[in-house]
Amino acid sequence: MKAPLKDKEDHSAQGMDYLQSLPRRWVTIYIPLGIFVFVLLFPFYWMVVTAVKPNEELLSRQSNPFWVIRPTLAHFHKLLFQTAYPEWLWNTVLISVVSTIASLACAVFAAYAIERLRFQGSKPAAIGIFLAYLVPPSILFIPLSAIVFQLGLFDTRWALILTYPTFLIPFCTWLLMGYFRSIPYELEECALIDGASRWQILVKIILPLAVPGLISAGIFAFTLSWNEFIYALTFVSSSENKTVPVGVVTELVEGDVYHWGSLMAGALLGSLPVAFIYSFFVEHYVSGMTGSVKE
Amino acid sequence: MAGASPSAVPGGVGADMSLLYKLQNNRHALGYAFMLPAAVLLIGLLAYPLGLGTWLGFTDAKIGRPGEWIGLENFKYLVTDSVAQLSLFNTLVYTVIASVLKFALGLYLALLLNKNLPFKSFFRAVVLLPWIVPTALSAIAFWWLYDAQFSVLSWVLVKLGLIDRYIDFLGNPWNARLSTIAANVWRGVPFVAISLLAGLQTISPSYYEASAIDGATPWQQFRHVTLPLLTPIIAVVMTFSVLFTFTDFQLIYVLTRGGPLNATHLMATLAFQRAIPGGSLGEGAALATLMVPFLLAAILFSFFGLQRRAWQQGGDR
Repeated sequence: MKAPLKDKEDHSAQGMDYLQSLPRRWVTIYIPLGIFVFVLLFPFYWMVVTAVKPNEELLSRQSNPFWVIRPTLAHFHKLLFQTAYPEWLWNTVLISVVSTIASLACAVFAAYAIERLRFQGSKPAAIGIFLAYLVPPSILFIPLSAIVFQLGLFDTRWALILTYPTFLIPFCTWLLMGYFRSIPYELEECALIDGASRWQILVKIILPLAVPGLISAGIFAFTLSWNEFIYALTFVSSSENKTVPVGVVTELVEGDVYHWGSLMAGALLGSLPVAFIYSFFVEHYVSGMTGSVKE
Repeated sequence: MAGASPSAVPGGVGADMSLLYKLQNNRHALGYAFMLPAAVLLIGLLAYPLGLGTWLGFTDAKIGRPGEWIGLENFKYLVTDSVAQLSLFNTLVYTVIASVLKFALGLYLALLLNKNLPFKSFFRAVVLLPWIVPTALSAIAFWWLYDAQFSVLSWVLVKLGLIDRYIDFLGNPWNARLSTIAANVWRGVPFVAISLLAGLQTISPSYYEASAIDGATPWQQFRHVTLPLLTPIIAVVMTFSVLFTFTDFQLIYVLTRGGPLNATHLMATLAFQRAIPGGSLGEGAALATLMVPFLLAAILFSFFGLQRRAWQQGGDR
């Protein structure tokens, strides 16, 4: 992880050679930036190294801990075949996908109604959405657990599929409102004059134009639900219904001996899907994040 | 709904006025219909639990047993409970130190990324990684980094000759507090940096050119151009950051579960411990309710930050 980075910096330095201020740039920009990148990425490097390190190397203080002499896949093997990890992975995918799609659908309608239909009470609704966005899960999980229990959903995937939209819908709606606002109103007026119904306008004009916004909101919602922890920890108790973050934290830690290799392998495998999706849609992700903050 | 303004009905005169058609072209009715799914979910599973949580705080509810109204008893107990007091202290320490560090480092990183860099988008993408991976999982990596026996941080410090014994990162109160704060800062800096970077990029370069011609030093440019123009977005970003930090749960739960000696218990983790493993929902809910005033203060802060932005824009014209 570190090697290619250094390469690139060197390469860039060659390109900037003619600039007089190069040493100064190194001191004021590249070195601090390099330290930042190193610190921010080191835990990931450490995850990877630990995950492929055999146990005897892990527990020796003599050898250089930064490198692996005999890499092994034993930890991954243990994780995938001797624990319920594949089930957790499947649960996480299922729950994230279903709650993301459901939230997106609700959010599209709500955002369109607030931003474009401007029905009576749309302003209070917009404020309500914003306030809902600010309510943190850690003050909701206690009453929600009582509700989940009453509904008979305790320890089911439905408990999570139903509760995740409580933080996904406000977020997606807020984001999509911003996107819808950027679509010229004239397009809609033309369509109205040509006799299109509101439904047709939404499906044929607004949605195609808002695809980048939908992707941003979708990825963001997916990562948020993939990363969710406190609801999954509270509402689910049996191993086969757990999600990856909760499963790794609660089930892989047995007794006093920590199996660091498989713990790191679990953390790595659980982080890869979001990192992978993120790497394809960085720009969408960043614009979503900044868009949601800027408004 | 019936009193909708006629101008909102663009359908031709004499068109088929079936109920569905009316619904389709009355923006108020359609608006309510479109809001319905989101409203049902948010009212049922967000607004109602919020109220229920406050109500539970005034009861002695246990898991599986509806509680009875006991007035302020939970709150009275919590105010005198030394662990609850400690958790409030911890939460404030955690929030203040972590937020200040996140702001300072985030702003610094944003300024660095805003420079004319090669591989700019690559850096931006890479920097955000800590923010997007599941916190619970990166916290496990930190747990391993902080291990009392095999910590690589201690290994490096020993090899450098700076310390002679391995540091017990999570074993003593202040070490544990600072270690959890460090992990939180690691996770939060990317969010602050990338959001502020977006703000920085909206500042027109002509301000910098003009101030450079007038002989402003880089520090003066930062102090009198960058900072004032960035203030509104700083207010919003930091409100979110404070909100996330104050209500943080997963990092503490994974790293220390509130230990050692409750030294890292935040209000959220203590509420969880009292309510779910401990079984006293009422007490946990009361503790969670006690967080609300602090959150409201943060939101008001954001509100006034936004007000100021409006005022600034008005002042510009």
